[in-house]
Amino acid sequence: MTLFQISEPDESPLPHATRRAVGIDLGTTNSLVATVRNGSPVVLPDLEGRTLLPSVVRYGEHRVDVGHTALARATEDPGNTIASVKRLMGRGIRDLADDRRYPYRLVEGEGMVRLATRSGIKSPVEVSAEILRALRQRAEGSLGGAIDGAVVTVPAYFDDAQRQATKDAAKLAGLPVLRLLNEPTAAAIAYGLDNAAEGTYAVFDLGGGTFDISILRLSRGVFEVLATNGDSALGGDDFDHRVFCWAIEAAGLPPLEGADARRLLTRSCEAKEMLTGHDAAPIAATLSDGTRIDLTLTAETFTAMTRTLVAKTLVPVKRALHDAKLAPADIKGVVLVGGATRMPQIRRAVAEFFGQPPLTNLNPDEVVAVGAAIQANKLVGNREHDDDWLLLDVIPLSLGIETMGGLAEKIVPRNSTIPVVRAQDFTTFKDGQTAMALHVVQGEREKVADCRSLARFELRGIPPMVAGAARIRVSFDVDADGLLSVSAQEQTTGVEASIVVKPSYGLSDAEIARMLEESFAHAADDAGARALAETRVEAERIAGATESALAADGDLLDGEERAMIDRALAAVRTAVAGDDRSTLSAAIDALNEATAGFAARRMNRSVARVLSGRRVDALG
Amino acid sequence: MAITLTESAASHVAAFLSKRGKGVGLRLGVRTSGCSGLAYKLEYADEVRPEDREFESHGVRVIVDPKSLPYLEGLELDFAKEGLNEGFKFNNPNVKDQCGCGESFNV
Repeated sequence: MTLFQISEPDESPLPHATRRAVGIDLGTTNSLVATVRNGSPVVLPDLEGRTLLPSVVRYGEHRVDVGHTALARATEDPGNTIASVKRLMGRGIRDLADDRRYPYRLVEGEGMVRLATRSGIKSPVEVSAEILRALRQRAEGSLGGAIDGAVVTVPAYFDDAQRQATKDAAKLAGLPVLRLLNEPTAAAIAYGLDNAAEGTYAVFDLGGGTFDISILRLSRGVFEVLATNGDSALGGDDFDHRVFCWAIEAAGLPPLEGADARRLLTRSCEAKEMLTGHDAAPIAATLSDGTRIDLTLTAETFTAMTRTLVAKTLVPVKRALHDAKLAPADIKGVVLVGGATRMPQIRRAVAEFFGQPPLTNLNPDEVVAVGAAIQANKLVGNREHDDDWLLLDVIPLSLGIETMGGLAEKIVPRNSTIPVVRAQDFTTFKDGQTAMALHVVQGEREKVADCRSLARFELRGIPPMVAGAARIRVSFDVDADGLLSVSAQEQTTGVEASIVVKPSYGLSDAEIARMLEESFAHAADDAGARALAETRVEAERIAGATESALAADGDLLDGEERAMIDRALAAVRTAVAGDDRSTLSAAIDALNEATAGFAARRMNRSVARVLSGRRVDALG
Repeated sequence: MAITLTESAASHVAAFLSKRGKGVGLRLGVRTSGCSGLAYKLEYADEVRPEDREFESHGVRVIVDPKSLPYLEGLELDFAKEGLNEGFKFNNPNVKDQCGCGESFNV
């Protein structure tokens, strides 16, 4: 059962046409997926409520683990647990200066380095695809169906090979990629800077293990990357490590290994996070030999011990500004990305360097995924609010085609902004029907007679099929100049017919207003008329089917039965001509009842025909 | 007959509206669609047009255009969670039958 979301005014999707769009931040340490729901971007959590998916894949004995489960096994199975695969995307073994720091085995491969795992040789693309697949499944569960489009983010400095590898990974994971988006641009979009004044912005991204600074220039709603710089071996993990070393020294411990080191490192990370909102944090742990650690780390000490790390981030910032030939004062706004930018000493350093407080009101872990989701939502055609409304033209009256019973089926609703493309599938009404007449109409009323006729054309060459089997896709395409082209294509053979019309021609504003008012005034009549017309179509279909059945298998009936069916059929024919829907419904029900026995006998006969001449034992 | 929201639906609508930062209420409607008949519209309302009908439920303004009203009389809008997915549900006494997923229906 579909659960509905609230749309922006006049943007409710057609049934079965909701476009599920997601933004994916495929990170070195963590990955996220976000979407736009009820008009607002949201990051999608897993069943345990966690939004971050560790970018870790473990090739186990029998299965592949992704995320938290893979991370939990990393220390016991380092050779088959792949972390930070993003660093390998699109890279040859010679591009990787320091392959010793990877605990898994790297081998040379065509175009890109490969990883030797328990499950065989894997390319970084395949490993990334596992992460993307996990995110795709999470998104499909949250959105209730297949994803129609995804925007995946990449660092601004990624070259063509790295970008292509990312695209390939998404394809392998079954995600239709609308486009790749630079991470800093995504962050800027999340902050709505694309609607802000033109100018130059800095995006300061301190993640778990990497640091990136990007200088972007916004002009006419488009971001251009002026310069990027960074440090691929600097991140929040380094701050944890400083705390860890301080704790060992302060507690007078020998160098720690294995489980003890992991435990103390976790406590160090927790203390770091606590210091974001507090002046002091405890570090308490009991080691495997019973040694008890009980320390208190103050914000002041923490700031002092990480001063060199903070200073290290400013070096690439200066280089990037230099490359862009800009001074700190030229920067109009600074966006913070990455969980490590929550640290107060980072925020202070950034504010001091640029002479202005950075933008911090969005969650820095989520901001890239959120920006990608906003972009994806626009690209699949689920428009966002405040979207350059004034620059766009709208269709004054709905456009549609005539369907059985003289009803107007609206395909492009009134007030749709142009350009717009909408398609809907129709089918044949009669067995063996090889042509279809299409009547293009404009207006809000239910009956074609009350709408304005724009054009007629025919689709010929539909292969003969039983009624309802053919799929004919009718597409309406209104271009930016208001020119409408309508095409109809039979989906199995591809036969096509089309016509071009200019819908607004000859309609004054007053006429449009009159047509709208009439549609409001006749709402109840129109609803009734539609119901009657639909019932008539149903009646015609049943009467037609009964007649062809009588022609084919009429010999199955005796005189009395035949007379009864003929009477019920005549009653339907009479009621179709009248205007009373309930009489017509009753006549349809009576005909269904009268033919029930006949239908059963026909079924038996056709089964007998299929089986005749074959031995029972040949059927097994 | 009125159109109502359940308490849960109303509190979600109110929260979404305040997150969106503008809008006077919730607009419900139907439109004709495909072979299965009618489809719902569920949208934020930025304005009330002169021809609209208005209802209030748990403090949320519900706006319906006159063309849709005959199909929605007595409707109750609910909010539901199904696994990871969540959203609004239409409990519409006018519906005679609907397609498998409930996105389109007949009266």
